[in-house]
Amino acid sequence: MAAVEKVIGGHPGMYATFPRKGGAAPTATHYCPGCGHGILHKLIGEAMADLGIQDRCVVISPVGCAVFAYYYLDCGHMQAAHGRAPAIATGISRAENDSIVISYQGDGDLGSIGLNETIQAANRGEKLAVFFVNNSVYGMTGGQMAPTTLIGEVTATTPTGRDPQEQGYPIHICELLDTLKAPVFIERASLSDIEHIRKARRAVKKALEIQRDKKGYAFVELLSPCPTILRMDAKAIANFVNEQMEKEFPLKRFRDRSGEAGSINRAESDFSQEALDKAFGCESGVCVQFQDDPEFVAKGVKIAGFGGQGVLSMGLALAQASFGSGRYVSYYPDYGPEQRGGTSNCSVVISGQPIGSPVVDHPDVLVAFNRPSLEKFAPTVKKGGLILYDSQAGSFQAPDGVRAISVPATGIAEERGIPQAANTAMFGALMQAGNLGLPREAYGNAFKVTFAKKPKLIPKNLDILEAGAHAARVLEMSSKK
Amino acid sequence: MASQLIDGNKAVIVGALYAGCDCFFGYPITPASEILHEASRYFPKVNRKFVQAESEEAAINMVYGAAGAGHRVLAASSGPGMSLKQEGITYIAGAELPCVIVDICRAGPGLGNIGPEQSDYNQACKGGGHGCYHNIVLAPASVQEMCDLTRKGFDLAFKYRNPVVILADGVLGHMVEPLEYPKDAFVPVIDPTWAVAGSAETRGNLITSIELNFDEMERHNYKLQEKYERIRKNEVAWEGYRLEDASVVLVSYGISSRIARSAVDAARKAGIKAGLFRPIALFPFPVNALRALAERGCKFISVEMSDGQMREDIRLATGCKPVGLVSRYGGNLIGMESVLSKIKEVA
Ligand SMILES: Cc1ncc(C[n+]2csc(CCOP(=O)(O)OP(=O)(O)O)c2C)c(N)n1
Ligand code: SF4
Repeated sequence: MAAVEKVIGGHPGMYATFPRKGGAAPTATHYCPGCGHGILHKLIGEAMADLGIQDRCVVISPVGCAVFAYYYLDCGHMQAAHGRAPAIATGISRAENDSIVISYQGDGDLGSIGLNETIQAANRGEKLAVFFVNNSVYGMTGGQMAPTTLIGEVTATTPTGRDPQEQGYPIHICELLDTLKAPVFIERASLSDIEHIRKARRAVKKALEIQRDKKGYAFVELLSPCPTILRMDAKAIANFVNEQMEKEFPLKRFRDRSGEAGSINRAESDFSQEALDKAFGCESGVCVQFQDDPEFVAKGVKIAGFGGQGVLSMGLALAQASFGSGRYVSYYPDYGPEQRGGTSNCSVVISGQPIGSPVVDHPDVLVAFNRPSLEKFAPTVKKGGLILYDSQAGSFQAPDGVRAISVPATGIAEERGIPQAANTAMFGALMQAGNLGLPREAYGNAFKVTFAKKPKLIPKNLDILEAGAHAARVLEMSSKK
Repeated sequence: MASQLIDGNKAVIVGALYAGCDCFFGYPITPASEILHEASRYFPKVNRKFVQAESEEAAINMVYGAAGAGHRVLAASSGPGMSLKQEGITYIAGAELPCVIVDICRAGPGLGNIGPEQSDYNQACKGGGHGCYHNIVLAPASVQEMCDLTRKGFDLAFKYRNPVVILADGVLGHMVEPLEYPKDAFVPVIDPTWAVAGSAETRGNLITSIELNFDEMERHNYKLQEKYERIRKNEVAWEGYRLEDASVVLVSYGISSRIARSAVDAARKAGIKAGLFRPIALFPFPVNALRALAERGCKFISVEMSDGQMREDIRLATGCKPVGLVSRYGGNLIGMESVLSKIKEVA
């Protein structure tokens, strides 16, 4: 880097002296003489000062030679991880509607490690001005190949010149971004000499005007001399940029939609408790006190079946019934590998005390909607436990010491014209035979909560609930005889 | 106050919004995706800001930006996504920015699977990215704590200007329990002494983690370490269950601690004086309280769904006593019986 320091202190939009930098030259930058970075700093500073926007500006400095942009530009600053500036910019811009965010990046930072962030922020049309310094090499790390290195260009990692067979071709970022709909402004300019700098100044200012007016994404690429790495004198480096770089990267205003673009404004956050209570629907929520009741013997219920049979919603309804009765309760849907295969199961624990594991390995009650679930979980049921299974699963011999009831749940639901309500019939059977220690009305009340948004469905479901209970009662009585 | 039956992932969003969290940045990953879904649903309802980022790296850097602007910001992910976030987290720690990151841990290594594990303990508690830094790490064990510790996380994050990780797992994320809603809503204000918010009063501020001068960088490290010492002194949090006369102590956090609690009851029934020590904060680790139990002559068993990552810390805290381990991997939960038989073996 810097052999001789270049003086820019006191320029419009820049600090008068550079205390963050320290050292012996308080008004000189750390950039090499003839470096494009120093020129671009001046252009950005001037434009910020001209537009009177310094208070609103946050410059994000990249990983690269411009990492210390915050030594110089008189505005707010954040320093970024390599390539992540557009994501950081998104965070600032979304959080602070009035901020003006400037992402300052080199070609390695923007076009290589941070290309995804670059494209995605552009595609979202973030309110953001990106200034992209294309000097065809990695400056700070000692002149390795950049994504914009020219064919044949010698760098620290292409000692015989960039070979497209091995290293591909230079990436054209403006052209890439020009395929996206959201950007408002895209231009490629150059910092090679006075004449080019004049044009570049207009592009920089335009990008910041768009930010002042909150119109969206503006991108300015600047072909930029790096005399140190390319080992050229002032004249040779200007020629290199004007002739070789410009041939590969033609200067052009790709897009200017600032005329049509409206301003983007995001509403102020609402932190009030009323708004939150309303959003979560808990202004009218129930207040349940859980009473410790060591006498109440904890119950574990496992419900299993095919996806679509209402296994999980039955589990939630049971949890709701327990919750409504002031019992401690947990519900846990098993989302293991079987989920994709079409079967699902869930665990409900009901207790008079705080609950340990929410996963039921040995259920007091198993509810099985299909044969595979029945066969898989029946052997896990506790001695003295109960199995309720859909009659459609076929005949089944319960394990020793376990009661099993075949409930025509699907049949009941089909008879009443809602085949998908087999789980409601099963819920009725559970209410009747489950012996879970919950009051009967808790089951019906659970439906009123679950169907709060579809009240029309409640009467029909209560009917099916009772039919399920009735079926279970009849079957229980016949099995006792 | 109102209660509702909700799942742990949604409880995080409730806790965050009542804590004044202003922005959420996320990327889908099971089993944390519901946090993203609920954020996309509830943040806009109160004009808070939500972005589905292009990657976890982008998401954590959006966090950096919004947190740097002084806002309360939340991110959530799981193993593979947490690994990607480590770059951003070390920058956040280095630049001393506050934020809360929820890790709904899943089975690893690599892509692993979407079942629960507690194998991100080291990554969360020991830094995780490059350089000397620590996250504050809180470990909820119920849906209620998913909400409450998220809220507490924001308070700690701002008290210390430090990233906070809520270390949970797939079971806690998906299980449904009653949640009592927060009694009040926090209204945040931006601290103009350090934030960079694109405003006149914050124009002179700078958020950075680079310092070229070796001595200055060393001073910054000392400053961070002094902060971690204050955190170690002030923020230890743990809960004991039947510890008073315990001779065998299970140490367990998160979902495993609930299984351990059931095992304690079962052991007591079998006449063994077992107890549970549940760290609520994992960093800072409750070193002194564990040492006191060790001095009393207690025997220790670590119950965790990892290869003894927490056991190392228990060993250090208890003066390198042997510490038993009950663990499962791959998405399997620890069975209560296996904890019980380990208690019997150790007692
Ligand atoms: C993650 C990461 N990888 C690599 C580096 C090392 N590094 C520092 S600057 C730089 C290249 C910057 O080049 P460019 O973006 O072209 O900017 P210039 O220095 O040319 O202005 C690299 C690779 C880093 N700091 N972080
Ligand atoms: S190395 Fe190149 S880009 Fe870096 S300061 Fe020097 S001239 Fe500028």
